[in-house]
Amino acid sequence: MSDPMRIRAQVQGSGAVVRVLMAHEMETGLRKDAAGKTIPAWHITEVTAALNGKTVLTAQWGTAIAKNPFTEFVVKGAKAGDRITIAWVDNRGDRRSDEAVIA
Amino acid sequence: MQNRREMMRRSAAVAALLAGAGVLPARAQSAYNRAAFEGKSVDEVIKGLGIAKPVESKDIAFTAPDIAENGAVVPIAASTTLPGVQRIAFLVEKNPTTLAGVFDFTDAVETSVKTRIKMGQTSNVLAVAITGDGKVFYAQKEVKVTLGGCGG
Repeated sequence: MSDPMRIRAQVQGSGAVVRVLMAHEMETGLRKDAAGKTIPAWHITEVTAALNGKTVLTAQWGTAIAKNPFTEFVVKGAKAGDRITIAWVDNRGDRRSDEAVIA
Repeated sequence: MQNRREMMRRSAAVAALLAGAGVLPARAQSAYNRAAFEGKSVDEVIKGLGIAKPVESKDIAFTAPDIAENGAVVPIAASTTLPGVQRIAFLVEKNPTTLAGVFDFTDAVETSVKTRIKMGQTSNVLAVAITGDGKVFYAQKEVKVTLGGCGG
């Protein structure tokens, strides 16, 4: 199982700014190891963000998203105390979900 | 014997039902657009996404650095005031695979997103905004890369 995500969600104006830092290698499948063998692609393919259990944002990612991906977005009308849940799935079928409370 | 045959028929029907039910959510879940992500040029990605040819728009605020010292981490951001935008895609013209990511917005979020991408070499980066009724706009910027982030 992978390391937890770091999620920060703060009220700003009429919404909440959500910043997510995920822990993932995001291998492109193009690099070679010391022995000259190609390292297989290993990257997050789908991301879902939910506010109080309701999906607000989804994303599909290719190999060109940087290692340990960072994403920032703004949820309209979110209030302090609301729950933000972020979930991802990678191309190996691993998945992870983490939650944060909006401050 | 009759009973057994009847049972078999029923269980087959149940299995078919279950399989049908199982297939649907699986298909809905893996909305991952492999064709688009395997595209090796802007045209291939546009075809993969099944969208119209993008029109340049000044209403997409696209920020990317002029020079990226490290191509492995290039911060980019796009937001737009265009009405009805449901999707923003980031394309890097000269990466081995052009499409970096696609973000799908609901009405509950602002059409604004920041992320970090990898770039193999100096290239144009495009932010493509797609509206619910199929209009496609883009903004682009050239980012100079001094150290590549893809491959050895």
